[in-house]
Amino acid sequence: MSSRNIVGAVFFVIIAVFLFFSALLIHPFGEFNEDNNPEMDQYIIDNAQNQTGADNSVTSVVFDYRGFDTLGEATVLFTAVAGVILLFRRLKK
Amino acid sequence: MMSRIVKTISNIAFPIVTIYGLYVIAHGHLTPGGGFQGGAVVASGCAMVLVAYGSVWTMRKVKEKHLSILESLGAIGFIGLGFIGILLVFFYSSSDGNFFQNFLLKQDVIPIFNEIGKGLSNINTAGVLPLMNFAVGLKVIAGLFVIVLVMAYATRLKGEKQK
Repeated sequence: MSSRNIVGAVFFVIIAVFLFFSALLIHPFGEFNEDNNPEMDQYIIDNAQNQTGADNSVTSVVFDYRGFDTLGEATVLFTAVAGVILLFRRLKK
Repeated sequence: MMSRIVKTISNIAFPIVTIYGLYVIAHGHLTPGGGFQGGAVVASGCAMVLVAYGSVWTMRKVKEKHLSILESLGAIGFIGLGFIGILLVFFYSSSDGNFFQNFLLKQDVIPIFNEIGKGLSNINTAGVLPLMNFAVGLKVIAGLFVIVLVMAYATRLKGEKQK
């Protein structure tokens, strides 16, 4: 058994234990929780339709309330495209 | 480059997938979905054609330069719609001009997308959000397709026929 396999096994065990305990700590689905800042959710549910005019609250959050975040996502996609074209330019011949 | 069966099925399925993706983009402010999701649907349809017909054929039909121009147009449209919100401060001297300001909503000068949605049937709502959906959708279609196309063309088999 090589040292590379031992290191891989140790990291596998660490990640598996971490994922197992984080799965135990997850919140129950749909349960009301004080720590999740429910005021912001309630504000968006109440005011999104009148403030942005969109029926889809998710779109109103993504493109209006958090439009700057969507700009970052678009930048990530643009960078990915530029990187792929730059990386594979030699193999095109 | 696959068999005739795969080509025929992809010929039938490609318009349906494309129309569905464009529907998801166009109704992004009414129903679940939006620019990213609909663009991913259309790009996966294009990837199906790429798998069926081979990368050499697809690269001869669609140039990656044109797809890059489309993606840049989507990005410029998205950022430009954000900056028009700032320009409102100079033109109308209104106090609520911000980056990504929803400037088309609640005004009567430009009669498109200026109503407030009160149901899922009115598409003429939500101000600047549908335009941003279109810009992001164009960007995602061109971006994902050019990624798949360039990677497939670069890693093609050397013995593949160049016909």
